Amino acid sequence: MTVYLPIAELSVNIFIILGMGAAVGFLSGMFGVGGGFLITPLLIFYNIPPVVAVATGANQVVASSISGAITHFRRGTLDMKLGSVLLVGGLAGATAGVWVFSWLRRLGQLDLFISILYVVLLGSIGALMLQESLRALRRAKNSQPLPVKRPGQHNWVHRLPLKMRFKKSKIYLSAIPIVGLGFGIGVLTSIMGVGGGFIMVPAMIYLLRIPTNVVVGTSLFQIIFVTAYTTMVQAATNYSVDIVLATILMVAGVIGAQYGVRVGQKLRGEQLRALLALLVLAVGIRLAIGLIVTPDDVYSVAVGGMSY
Amino acid sequence: MRRLLRTLLLLPLLALSLPAAAQVPFGQASAVKEGLEIGASTSEIAITSDFRGADLTIFGALTNADELFLAIGQYDVVVTLEGPKDYATVRKKERVFGIWMNTEGMTFEQVPESYSLASTRMIDTIDEAPSLNNIGVGIDHLALNPVGYIPDSGMIGEFRDAYRRLKLSNGLYQRDTSGVRFVSSSLFRASLKLPANIPDGMHMVRAYLFKSGELINQREMPLRVVKTGIEQAITDAAHDRPLAYGFLCVLIAVITGWGASIVFRKD
Repeated sequence: MTVYLPIAELSVNIFIILGMGAAVGFLSGMFGVGGGFLITPLLIFYNIPPVVAVATGANQVVASSISGAITHFRRGTLDMKLGSVLLVGGLAGATAGVWVFSWLRRLGQLDLFISILYVVLLGSIGALMLQESLRALRRAKNSQPLPVKRPGQHNWVHRLPLKMRFKKSKIYLSAIPIVGLGFGIGVLTSIMGVGGGFIMVPAMIYLLRIPTNVVVGTSLFQIIFVTAYTTMVQAATNYSVDIVLATILMVAGVIGAQYGVRVGQKLRGEQLRALLALLVLAVGIRLAIGLIVTPDDVYSVAVGGMSY
Repeated sequence: MRRLLRTLLLLPLLALSLPAAAQVPFGQASAVKEGLEIGASTSEIAITSDFRGADLTIFGALTNADELFLAIGQYDVVVTLEGPKDYATVRKKERVFGIWMNTEGMTFEQVPESYSLASTRMIDTIDEAPSLNNIGVGIDHLALNPVGYIPDSGMIGEFRDAYRRLKLSNGLYQRDTSGVRFVSSSLFRASLKLPANIPDGMHMVRAYLFKSGELINQREMPLRVVKTGIEQAITDAAHDRPLAYGFLCVLIAVITGWGASIVFRKD
């Protein structure tokens, strides 16, 4: 059964899109990630124009992050003040990102830029995660105790001015690195169509030394608002959010996620992380191949938008 | 040169087969100019998103046609359907540090997004290239003017060829060199192919009448292509009310995410 995607302007098999959404939803539930960094490349592999894939990916992340954020809000593991400071940076970053996005699109370099960014990000993060999880697996095998983390330890981040007190997180921290982190994630959201949790969570834990219990909830809070905002801005400037595609992906995604969570609870953390790392690397390598392989036609034609 | 040759070849032929025609001096324009009329059953085409392409039939008539010229096939008809015009940018990829990227590009001003042509025979045997270029009839003769200054004129030809090739391969540009047939001595029927991905908007049907390779008359008729259905309503909403559309997208996401957390709630 085919369905016509009005914004992507092509007909697709609805079952493939449903399957993609369910599979990514399953993985996102299993690993506790938003899934934007998987859905966007998958859509690009399925010949959805990157412009549409990125904007629709951001929309999908809104749906997949919201139930997690609600849960954390109920449990009280969400620091609203910290989230709001992150959000200020996030909204500014998303605005700047959409501007860069439109500019690259006019230059005809957007598709290339998206691919390169994905290859670099997925490649480096996948490699780091794999290395870390393999070390953890080896340690678990030799039944060595985990090295004690020292969250109280200070680094350069803690010497910055403009300090604020975050009661819920029980930290006293400069607003500059928080806004900066939010900004960077906002840029990634609008250019890559990701929530950015896979970068934000480690950065909050290791760089800002924010207590682990509030990190996930707070990052989800920021992700929801930034992805929702990005969806609106992409719709308004690039007309590139495909509501039909997004709805199919979201419905399949939230159902898949429920089953993913159950499977995820049965697997061990470091095994899970090693699997996710391999998946991230595979997607990155597939995109890298696309950049290197000689295209069928070196010429391409784009209509409109060029009024001098 | 070709036209002159054809005329020379025709002379003995005429003298042999049509002695009565000798009273009409050959090559002299008749007092009344030939007329051309065209018509279609509709001035608007509504297509849905599952449109797989179709044929559009245009009927036309020649009036005051010279029987003699008709008999020897000296009249040629070309019918075109030109889509809405817009700028088109052609980009070329090259390998840079091992990666394929767009390095050069050229924008052509106001070219039809789609172009379908039907003719009585190969367009290039009807008239010579310079005069076809002049009137802009035929895929190879459409005006493709680059925007801005291009120092290397060889590049223009390369990008023009690429543009035509890409448009032909995705079906937006089509030609049928036997698409126009005379159903009687003065009545003709042209079948134009509408591609599946035809753009909506104002299209223009143009008919050209050639006599011995000379354009003597032309007619045009507007044809509106309207896309209908829920998919088009979505596209229109996305472009006309982008903020409301974006808000709706976010709302669906919130409802889906929230709904799932309620439906699958464990506590």
